[in-house]
Amino acid sequence: MKRATLGLAILAALLVLLPAVVRGYALSVATLILYFAYTGQAWNVMMGFAGQLSLGHSLYVGVGAYAAGALFFHYGIGPWAGLWVAILLCVLLGLLIGFLAFRFGISGVYFALLTIAFAEFTRIGFDHLDWTGGPGGMFLRVAQRDAWDLAHFRGPPLMYYYTMLFLTAGAFVLCSFLLKSKAGYYWLAIRENEEAAQALGINTFRWKMLAVAISSAMTAIAGVFFAFYYNNLFPEQIFHISRSIEIILGPIIGGVGTLFGPILGAAVLTLLSDGITELLAALGWEMPGIKQVFYGVVLLVVIVFLPHGIWPGLARKLGLDR
Amino acid sequence: MTWHLVVNVAIAGLLTGLVYGLMALGLSVIFGVVRVVNFAHGEMMTIAMYATVTLFAVWQLDPFVAVVPIAAAFFVFGYLMQAGIINPFITRPEHSQFMLLVAVAIIMVNGLMVSFGPDARNVQVDYQLESYAIGPILFDKARLLAAGMALAASAALFAFFRFSLTGKAIRACADNWLGAKVVGLDVKHLYALTFGLGSACVAVAGSMMILLVDVTPVLGPAYTLLAFVIVIVGGMGSMAGALLGGVLIGLSEALAGLFIQPSAKSMISFGLLILVLLVRPQGLLGKKA
Repeated sequence: MKRATLGLAILAALLVLLPAVVRGYALSVATLILYFAYTGQAWNVMMGFAGQLSLGHSLYVGVGAYAAGALFFHYGIGPWAGLWVAILLCVLLGLLIGFLAFRFGISGVYFALLTIAFAEFTRIGFDHLDWTGGPGGMFLRVAQRDAWDLAHFRGPPLMYYYTMLFLTAGAFVLCSFLLKSKAGYYWLAIRENEEAAQALGINTFRWKMLAVAISSAMTAIAGVFFAFYYNNLFPEQIFHISRSIEIILGPIIGGVGTLFGPILGAAVLTLLSDGITELLAALGWEMPGIKQVFYGVVLLVVIVFLPHGIWPGLARKLGLDR
Repeated sequence: MTWHLVVNVAIAGLLTGLVYGLMALGLSVIFGVVRVVNFAHGEMMTIAMYATVTLFAVWQLDPFVAVVPIAAAFFVFGYLMQAGIINPFITRPEHSQFMLLVAVAIIMVNGLMVSFGPDARNVQVDYQLESYAIGPILFDKARLLAAGMALAASAALFAFFRFSLTGKAIRACADNWLGAKVVGLDVKHLYALTFGLGSACVAVAGSMMILLVDVTPVLGPAYTLLAFVIVIVGGMGSMAGALLGGVLIGLSEALAGLFIQPSAKSMISFGLLILVLLVRPQGLLGKKA
């Protein structure tokens, strides 16, 4: 464990000092990596820890973003108050979906499709909701971007980078605590064999609901960040199934159920996508879609040859798993 | 709004629904036997649509002729895909299978984008403008022929599974994988055959669908979702259920477009999906797992 702690401390220090050497575009890429690391960690609580496959996490990003965004847009209520509304709404929504699914005995592929259905249903709903601008989108006012205005969550890109770093670190600490808590062991039992867990007297319904609540609350925070970082929200973009897939890819590529997998996966995928863009630009192949073809091929190769993701094997090689 | 407008819209929805049903039948057969959800199903549908467009543009092949080589090519493609990359995944967890097929889907959508660009394509044949009239009730000729083709292909698949020895062997695999192995069936070969048949279904559906709508590369994920909705409403693994689900969704989409708003039509479908999942998770015609 010592080596892992030391490695983690070095990584944290590097990330804190990173803005000293990179800025501009590179800093926005770093922010994006942290964003996907964070949302991947949130998804991992549900799938990696408790074994419930959600393919609709864009729902919580979207509802969180729209809740905080609309309160700001219509009533000038700042993000700190909106955050709680967003979390509350997302947790309630997650608990509703969880209640319906777990009470009616829906699991596996069917649960995954139910989460897609709720996300798509909400997407089309927001397309027809005039209060949030419908398909035309909602635009938050962009104020001055030089000084750090934490109260209104307005500031330079550096502020968003550190916010995301703080959130990612917080999620990491929370998840490592959860894994070692009673809940973590119950989730592990449920993930590996739900019937056996039930036979041992674990109230599987309650613990699965807890995983959904934590995961949706964490994702809601990412949604609020999204709203105030990008300042424009379109149902077509934020709720789309490809957004859910983006969230999921990081932890799956990195290693489902591991603490470090979501972070590694997010870094690998974001840098890969960026690298392909640069490579193709250098080669002069700039057809629409060609970048995603390469991206898909790499995903295919990774999932075929590394079924458990990159991290478990890498950790063993580096001696970090002890 | 007159009653014959409603009836005409309902008939159009019903006929389109049969083509949807054939598409979903492919997904249902694959899931019922191989137990893998084909997340690239709609993308395969759009590839078949583009193949039809291409054969039409290059050799002026009518979609009803082009459907034969396209279905054959899809059968081979499906067989190879199952034998090559999916078979090793059948014992892996669901999220792993999901990732594999999502990667395939990403390659397909963007491969089409690279080859054909983002613009909408279609075929134009003269019978698309013809229709039969019984009093005020109209039947589009193209829609009627497409629905007829979908029914014929579904019937052929039913007959195959019911009467042929191979079809029975595949059903045996679906019922009891281990038992099928014990009696000496080549399960991996049968799985590959099933994936090939499911792909051929979606190919026929795609060749027919291009008579009714334009195609763009990004239509793929939408068709995948549509196929999920239909198959779950009808019952995963149930062949009749897929057709029934297709007709129901086709009908509800058409009527929702008429009575509410065309853009809200898939909200009805997803609402129906949520309802069916909660009340009858095995689907309307599905057997309890």
